Amino acid sequence: MRARLQLALVIGLLLAAVLGIGAWSAGEDARYLNPVEMAQSADGRSLYVVCEKSDELRVVDIASGKVIKQIAVGHVPTGISLSPDGKQIYVANSWSDNVSVIDTSTLSVARSVPAGFEPISAVSDLEGRTLYTANRLSNDISVIDLASGKETKRLVAGRGASYLTLSPDGKQIYCTHIYPNIGKFRTPPESEITVIDTATQDVIERNPLHNVAGVFHLASSNDGKLSVVAQLKPKNLIPLAHVEHGWAFVDTLTIFGEDAGQTVQVPIDELERYFARPFGVAISPDKSKIFVSSGGAGIVTVIDSQRLLTFARSQHQPFANDLSASANYVVARIPVGPDPRGVLLSSDGKRLYVANRLSDAIDVIDTDKNEIVQSLDLGGPQIISANRRGERLFYNAKFAFQGQFSCANCHLDSTFDGMNWDLEPDGFGKDVVDNRSIEDLSGTEPFKWNGGNPNLQTECGPRTEKFFYRSQSYNEQELADLDTYIFSIPLRPNRYRLPDGQLTPQQERGKAIFERTVTKARKPIPESNQCAFCHSGPKYTNRQLADVGSGKAIDRSSLIDTPHLPDIAYSAPYLHDGSARSMEEIWTVFNPHDTHGVTNDLTKDELNDLIEYLRTL
Amino acid sequence: MRTRTYSIALFFIASFSCLLLSQDMPRYRWQNFTTANGLPNDHVYSVLVDGSRIWAGTDNGLGLFEGGKWKVFRPSDGLAHQAVLSLALDKRTGDVWAATLGGLSRISAGRIDSFTQLNSGLPNDVVYGVGVLGDYVWVATAAGGGRLNTRTNQWSLYNERNTPMYEIWTYAVCPAPDKVYYAVWGGGVLEYDVQTQRWKDYNDPDGETEMVVLKDQGLIHEITTSVSYVDKVLWVATYFGASRYDGRYWHNFLTKDSGLPSNFLNQVKAVDANRAWFSTDKGLAYYDGANWSIYRPALDTHKPEMLVRDAAGNITNVAVDTAPAHNYILGVDFQGDDLWVATAEGLSHGTRQK
Repeated sequence: MRARLQLALVIGLLLAAVLGIGAWSAGEDARYLNPVEMAQSADGRSLYVVCEKSDELRVVDIASGKVIKQIAVGHVPTGISLSPDGKQIYVANSWSDNVSVIDTSTLSVARSVPAGFEPISAVSDLEGRTLYTANRLSNDISVIDLASGKETKRLVAGRGASYLTLSPDGKQIYCTHIYPNIGKFRTPPESEITVIDTATQDVIERNPLHNVAGVFHLASSNDGKLSVVAQLKPKNLIPLAHVEHGWAFVDTLTIFGEDAGQTVQVPIDELERYFARPFGVAISPDKSKIFVSSGGAGIVTVIDSQRLLTFARSQHQPFANDLSASANYVVARIPVGPDPRGVLLSSDGKRLYVANRLSDAIDVIDTDKNEIVQSLDLGGPQIISANRRGERLFYNAKFAFQGQFSCANCHLDSTFDGMNWDLEPDGFGKDVVDNRSIEDLSGTEPFKWNGGNPNLQTECGPRTEKFFYRSQSYNEQELADLDTYIFSIPLRPNRYRLPDGQLTPQQERGKAIFERTVTKARKPIPESNQCAFCHSGPKYTNRQLADVGSGKAIDRSSLIDTPHLPDIAYSAPYLHDGSARSMEEIWTVFNPHDTHGVTNDLTKDELNDLIEYLRTL
Repeated sequence: MRTRTYSIALFFIASFSCLLLSQDMPRYRWQNFTTANGLPNDHVYSVLVDGSRIWAGTDNGLGLFEGGKWKVFRPSDGLAHQAVLSLALDKRTGDVWAATLGGLSRISAGRIDSFTQLNSGLPNDVVYGVGVLGDYVWVATAAGGGRLNTRTNQWSLYNERNTPMYEIWTYAVCPAPDKVYYAVWGGGVLEYDVQTQRWKDYNDPDGETEMVVLKDQGLIHEITTSVSYVDKVLWVATYFGASRYDGRYWHNFLTKDSGLPSNFLNQVKAVDANRAWFSTDKGLAYYDGANWSIYRPALDTHKPEMLVRDAAGNITNVAVDTAPAHNYILGVDFQGDDLWVATAEGLSHGTRQK
């Protein structure tokens, strides 16, 4: 009997190994799906779900709740929309810089059309002639002629252009942005809603969003009179010391349109409970309700539109920071799966579909009862790996006091937020720091701009608990899982390198400058002041502290951890405190005495060459 | 007696022809804008027509005339510098690019982004000229030319290191699908072949700075201020006359043998291969391929004046009751049949008379 049990155990373990069931080591991971956005077929029978991690579109039969088709698309798909006639699906592939055009009759990719750097979403005009994509890294909007499949022009958007919405009358397209526009040092973040006229295909308006960064989806009512935007309102100009008083983030909406009268920011948080990272928005067909998904809270908030408008009209002062306000218009909080992202209302408004990014499932909410009536399993791996657990922790705001924020609040979509912060551990008003990219971090230790954290356990452990979250922190297992995930965040494709990996002549000249050991006057450059000395190794950091003369009076020490450089092109602002708004300013403004490499003997051409090389790293 | 009769007949025929000609040359009713009616500054360096909107680059701000009102942009609004020397419209996107004494600014749906030599790859903050073609913005600066790829934000710089530009003071740029031309102040004209990506320079063949020894054998002078390339014909303005080059032959224009009111030119803007407008220090001139007309306040009386000169050199004074704001003309742009003219003492709108 015992031998049989042992045999069964061995067979079971073998089967588990073959089927991929069991514990995952840090270096392995299952092929999770990460559904982020959805669209419904014209006949209302199917749900098209974009899965960013598995690079595919999954088609769900709504009646049966089963996945009936998996369609491979480009790399890291993030956005979806349907052509006006319902015959085509457009999927924005953010890491392939293109859009997959899928025929809904055959459910196969008919072609792909090019876009800008990192297209996050794609929508067509009402005529189905022109496709628009919001390009996060090139900060613009591609205008693509669907007949020829060619991009005809680019429109300047704000920084981190990400989400597009066609107005109900088809006359305008709204674009929102994940990062704030680059502004002067230590000024409030400013974003915008970029408005495109679909007739002229030009930007006709830029509606400013003051004190806002991290702007996600926008939804308009069917009559076009009410529009709602989900956004973060960061408080990065004051020391991050008053988390217990709510001085970190407010999760807000901007409402505008004829019904709102004026553009108004309204909070969705409560006095003692936050609903971190509002992302998806939907307005019911009768305009009575607004639904908002909060990724960090795992919640869908239901708002009574009329009560919201009545309250907003009654206020004579800005009230986005008045957390008591939400009690006047929030009617329900519906717990959903982890990191809910895109939300989609059925055409009759009876069902709300919620894409739970980190459970590979779609929650279906009965909008009359405000409760989940079904959960559609998209067929992702059932086993939760350490990496997956870590990713859930990264995006979960429950650890912070009253659920105010998670790692992903500042590291939006595991990147950065384009802002600088005054973190409390250094003392109030001391050591303002730029938010660095966290892609491909392995081998870049120590962490923190002063190099104070030798490893991720320190960076994410007690320091986070004590200074950031002001609440429970991670246990040992959780911390290990979180680190596993963070170390797994890959480097996005570099758009400045030639496809074959070669360098252009300009980049080659820049590389020579980066690696030079003597000035143009043939005077030796001290090793410690050569670019390639500090920025050495596979990640372009020697992992040492250096004084490059960029310290300010508010800095406790002028010694700065040498930052890694891969994909540095995308992560402005620069320097430890984010005072350099562009790479050029690192040397044209902040290197007067050649302490951050010798650059003052360079001509403008040569400095441009150096920067072109850095963009390829 | 017979000869005398013949001469008189010829005189009358010539006079009558000139009278007819003067009726053919375009006539305008001029309306002038100054600070008195909202223009940001009376010294207008540049003007740009953007449909029904008019942009005026002045010594103290960028003005936008829309719906009968002026709106003004200055450095406090994000403009790189208050002195706006040149303007260009990206017809595909509607964005306006402004060359200023402190950098390059893009005005896009009310938002202004400024590029300087400190925050970008712009070659120099003194930007004299700007032109847009496709995804590229070309600039002429005090330290050479530059090209911004608006899709990637990458800059290409053009100067003595990689072009035949022996003088890097570039003053104006005119991009076209096949060629890009630079007016290099003191360095003639520089031509960039888009297909071959090669540069070629055109210089004054006689090398004389003040004299014309070899007329029609090349560029009239090295001190060039403006280039205009239309229908594969290049027009060049210099401080010592104007030139036209069709790819094979040069033709130069001087006051002594053309209708140019002055050899000191700030701008030339071609209509097509044969017609062009010249901005001079002594009035605005139009050339229709054979005949000339001049629009200005008279140099002596300052009363409105329109002069027509036919191909034979006969001059007719056409009675007019309006004129551009000043003789010193810096630039012109077209609005259908109408004209907008930048002058040293205001902006002028010329409405074409039937």
